[in-house]
Amino acid sequence: MHGRLESIASLHTRRGWLAFLAITLTVMVGLPLLNLLPPAGGRLHLPDFLIPLLGKFFCYGIVALAMDLIWGYVGVLSLGHGVFFALGGYAMGMHLMRSIGTEGVYRSKLPDFMVFLDWKELPWYWQGFDHFWFAALMALLVPTGLAYVFGFFAFRSRIRGVYFSIITQALTFAMMLLFFRNNTGFGGNNGLTDFKRLLGFSLHAHSTKVSLYLVSGAALALSYLACRFVVSSKLGRLLAAIRDAESRIMFSGYNPLDYKLFAWTLSALLCGLAGALYVPQVGIINPGEMQPSNSIEMAIWVAVGGRGTLVGPLLGALLVNGAKSVFTVVYPEAWLFLLGGLFIGVTLFLPRGLLGLFDSAGQVWRRARKRPGPAHNPRSDDEPAATLTPMTPDGAAE
Amino acid sequence: MIAQSNPSPPPRGSASHVVARSSAGDADTRHGVILYVENVSVSFDGFKALNGLNLYIEDGELRCIIGPNGAGKSTLMDVITGKTRPDSGQVFFGQNIDLTRLSEFRIAQAGIGRKFQRPTVFPRHSVFENMEIALPTGKRVRDTLFARLDGSQRDRIDRALEVIGLLGKRHQVAGMLSHGEKQWLEIGMLLIQEPRLLLVDEPVAGMSQQETERTAELLASLAGKHSVVVVEHDMDFVRRIARKVTVLHEGAVLAEGSMEQVQNDPRVIEVYLGA
Repeated sequence: MHGRLESIASLHTRRGWLAFLAITLTVMVGLPLLNLLPPAGGRLHLPDFLIPLLGKFFCYGIVALAMDLIWGYVGVLSLGHGVFFALGGYAMGMHLMRSIGTEGVYRSKLPDFMVFLDWKELPWYWQGFDHFWFAALMALLVPTGLAYVFGFFAFRSRIRGVYFSIITQALTFAMMLLFFRNNTGFGGNNGLTDFKRLLGFSLHAHSTKVSLYLVSGAALALSYLACRFVVSSKLGRLLAAIRDAESRIMFSGYNPLDYKLFAWTLSALLCGLAGALYVPQVGIINPGEMQPSNSIEMAIWVAVGGRGTLVGPLLGALLVNGAKSVFTVVYPEAWLFLLGGLFIGVTLFLPRGLLGLFDSAGQVWRRARKRPGPAHNPRSDDEPAATLTPMTPDGAAE
Repeated sequence: MIAQSNPSPPPRGSASHVVARSSAGDADTRHGVILYVENVSVSFDGFKALNGLNLYIEDGELRCIIGPNGAGKSTLMDVITGKTRPDSGQVFFGQNIDLTRLSEFRIAQAGIGRKFQRPTVFPRHSVFENMEIALPTGKRVRDTLFARLDGSQRDRIDRALEVIGLLGKRHQVAGMLSHGEKQWLEIGMLLIQEPRLLLVDEPVAGMSQQETERTAELLASLAGKHSVVVVEHDMDFVRRIARKVTVLHEGAVLAEGSMEQVQNDPRVIEVYLGA
């Protein structure tokens, strides 16, 4: 027990833990209080609409962690993670549909779209979703199961690199087409929406929104710690080693298939969790979530923030989605161009993302400060020297 | 179906001894032979990379394999380590482990280590972490999630680092090592893996004179404890370490014997000098 605690404590330095606690407290206590206590419209008041928006961003943050685990650490670029997110969302959406009861437009016990299709009874695969626990379990199990089966065959066949990325795109596209069909039984084009309540609480009540925000924030914090635990373990070092020299891993007696599969299914599990938390906050889930472009966007968050750092992708998810929220209101036509430009720009000029940029800048700064300046003016040495200091490749040697 | 042909060299024992399960136990070397390669043929798109090759490595032996480009040296290594499956023939580790049925990582677990031609280390891990990965501890996912090194394992890594002269660089990132140091690190990773049989592909390629000498010493000191098979182009190096040399040509053994015997063999001279 003591050993466990110790190994968890060693995930971060003291400063790292302080930063983690400070951010967690701000998110979990500070922001909600700023929303609830000051009078609405006051200068300190956090507008109500920001609460579900931030809650949504936290879900994206979990997805970014999941993407980083498999792409940043194992070097496997998935362009189909949207499908795991959406499946988690659909599982939760099905429960929310069943929780509407007879308050739908047609006053039927069946979801509205089934009445519209003239279905007389609930299909077998909708059974059980009346129970929250069952839906929650399925939100995790279905994406994980799909990922396991898909990953097993793909990794066993040693499909790598761009080929793997392409079939993950095909996977999410195929699933999107499947879910678009009305007869598949998930509301077709319109998806699942018009939710009323979750566990008896009205989804329109502000208190419910704050609660969902808090649950999402907690899920994000725990997901972060779990990912940090994995990547700090010997398992994590093996994952990165598979990325860098898979044959050496094999000839050291490890089966790379098991390791890739572990990271891949854990990644899908986190996406399922994120999707399940996302749907009650946005009030809808439809096949649009499985669009190939959605999955590509997830990869962009990670690339922008900085692969293989966990913190970077979180930052990337927040920044890109923040920018998206602003741009799609102010200048909607430009958003996709901006996103594409961002991806190309980051790939060309910031291979280690924003975090890598901060890192290099920090190194330059530290080195400039360490360097003994001209004797007569020890304070002036920061400025010109900094731009001349060469950067070490990868900033790795220390 | 096993061990009916090829009666000539050392016997691998009766068929009842031959267990070819996927979970490999210890290699059984009661007959003094650790590696049996019998009648192995491999062809790629009609090109015969190996052509009825026979090779026997004795337990504890240090063997050098030489041969011109395209003689099948690398393909032979690939067949032994499971990367390439032979079209026909048998490959046994000891008399009990059928290597043609095991995957690469199982062959490594059974006790065969391989050093690649191009040094293959984990460039973004520290020297110490490279060794940690090679350490023969639990290799399954659940073993590694909670694995922590104990004191004796750390000591073991440090001792191995001392042997390969990298103790002072244990925290350096492996990608920043010199070419020779990377070669040594890879050899160190193999040593700590404690294989019964070590396959070493061109260990001194790109090494300085001094590094080459140290490598020769190291490999020679391994013989006895481990069986070592070295593929090398550098004739001086081979002369220095080899007790027995096998010359490959066009996918088959052309000559075998001491370096002197081999050098004076007219067929070898023709292959090496005649063309």
